[in-house]
Amino acid sequence: MKLSGTDPFDLAGPSFFALLQREAPEQAARVLTSAQSSGMVDHVDGTTVIALTYGAGGDQGVIMAGDRRATSGNIISKRDMRKVFEADSWSAVGISGAAGPAMELAKIFATELEHYEKVEGNPLSLEGKANKLAQMVRANLPLAMQGLVVVPLFAGYDPREGVARIYEFDAAGGRYEERRFATTGSGGRDARGSLKARFREDLVREGAIDVAIEALWDAADEDSATGGPDLVREIYPLVAVIDSGGYRELADDVVAERVRGVIDRRRQ
Amino acid sequence: MAMPYYVSPEQVMKDKADFARKGIARGKSVAALTYADGILFVAENPSATLHKISEIYDRIAFAAVGKYNEFEQLRVAGIRLADVKGYQYAREDVTGRALANAYATALGAAFTESSKPFEVELLVAEISADSVELYHITYDGTIMDREGHVAIGGSSDAITAALDSRFDASLPRDEALRVARDALSTAEERPIDADRLEVAGLDRTRGRRKFFRMSGTEIAAALG
Repeated sequence: MKLSGTDPFDLAGPSFFALLQREAPEQAARVLTSAQSSGMVDHVDGTTVIALTYGAGGDQGVIMAGDRRATSGNIISKRDMRKVFEADSWSAVGISGAAGPAMELAKIFATELEHYEKVEGNPLSLEGKANKLAQMVRANLPLAMQGLVVVPLFAGYDPREGVARIYEFDAAGGRYEERRFATTGSGGRDARGSLKARFREDLVREGAIDVAIEALWDAADEDSATGGPDLVREIYPLVAVIDSGGYRELADDVVAERVRGVIDRRRQ
Repeated sequence: MAMPYYVSPEQVMKDKADFARKGIARGKSVAALTYADGILFVAENPSATLHKISEIYDRIAFAAVGKYNEFEQLRVAGIRLADVKGYQYAREDVTGRALANAYATALGAAFTESSKPFEVELLVAEISADSVELYHITYDGTIMDREGHVAIGGSSDAITAALDSRFDASLPRDEALRVARDALSTAEERPIDADRLEVAGLDRTRGRRKFFRMSGTEIAAALG
């Protein structure tokens, strides 16, 4: 433990990611800096995650939902994968792309936010969180060049201003704020089309959850790497809601109920 | 040729200890006591933002008295150690005992090696489902395992004496807070208003992060 000699004006001060790179580089290097080997390794890909806001007028919030399939080439490698993670009590991060680095990114990011909050005594602003995530995606660029692309989706609620926001990223670390909805992953394009058709400014929470499930369904319909609801194994999309009450995930039986509603409507 | 004066090691250590003790005695004290759901730290602190009590990790809290800039450095070092360890291994592998040992080692080394010792005293607490571990670390790196209640700072003996008579580990939180406030007032021989108190602790009924901090209005309501 280093005590004396720490620079009080060290710009990396409250950053856990910077601390990890400095104090335990072999840990950070594992996924988030340049890989030494050349060529692509076999790996597991996670697929579609979507986010949409609701309640533009009054009680705002944001939904983030992800399918549960992970693929390795043309093989389904996992049927119950988690792609939506709680970043802190006011935000969520969804991951797509190479599952290993992506899950590591989500874990470091969550630690980063908590570390900042503890050291500084205040949580980061929503925009500060999104910027930090963009920097971490950018740090992954060397790996992305070798095929291990990680593209997260970030959504959160700003309790200070009472607004919900979504941020999209690209593999190069670009950060784009999205006011209505955003998608990432292989089924993202199809989900985006579905969201475009169904999104309305006056959606309330329950309606927005249905729109999210429909979008994932449409993505699974068109994209082989996106899994639809698995009624036999009872595996349903993971749906998280973030609003003035903070981050929470819907229970499986609640999502199952919604999924059955969507199925009934599609049958008619 | 000028000869350096000989000073015996005993004298050096004693001088350093006196110096550290004096520095600590100038500041306000912190009382820690276990209650029904965990552990409560209560301190007289006129500042609402420069905290003496803080969160280190999921189940671990930290409290300190003495020089603010010195214990702030120790606090941040503790958070760093805990977060890196929890990331490298698993969250449950981060323990209060390891953290308390790290603090004891750092303070002990600074006491013997540097000409100015740290003017701080620390408490590290960790809660589990059915118990509370409470470590008391002094300016010279001495580490003590405490049970029930403890006070650190200038008036620690008077606070401990006042707590001894009314302490009960099964009290609800608000009542434990009243007991601690009364002990602080008794030791200082003056009433202490709610807005001069800093109250925080670990509550095992909470989610992953057990740490809580009571706001000014919550403290005032609890004290009635």
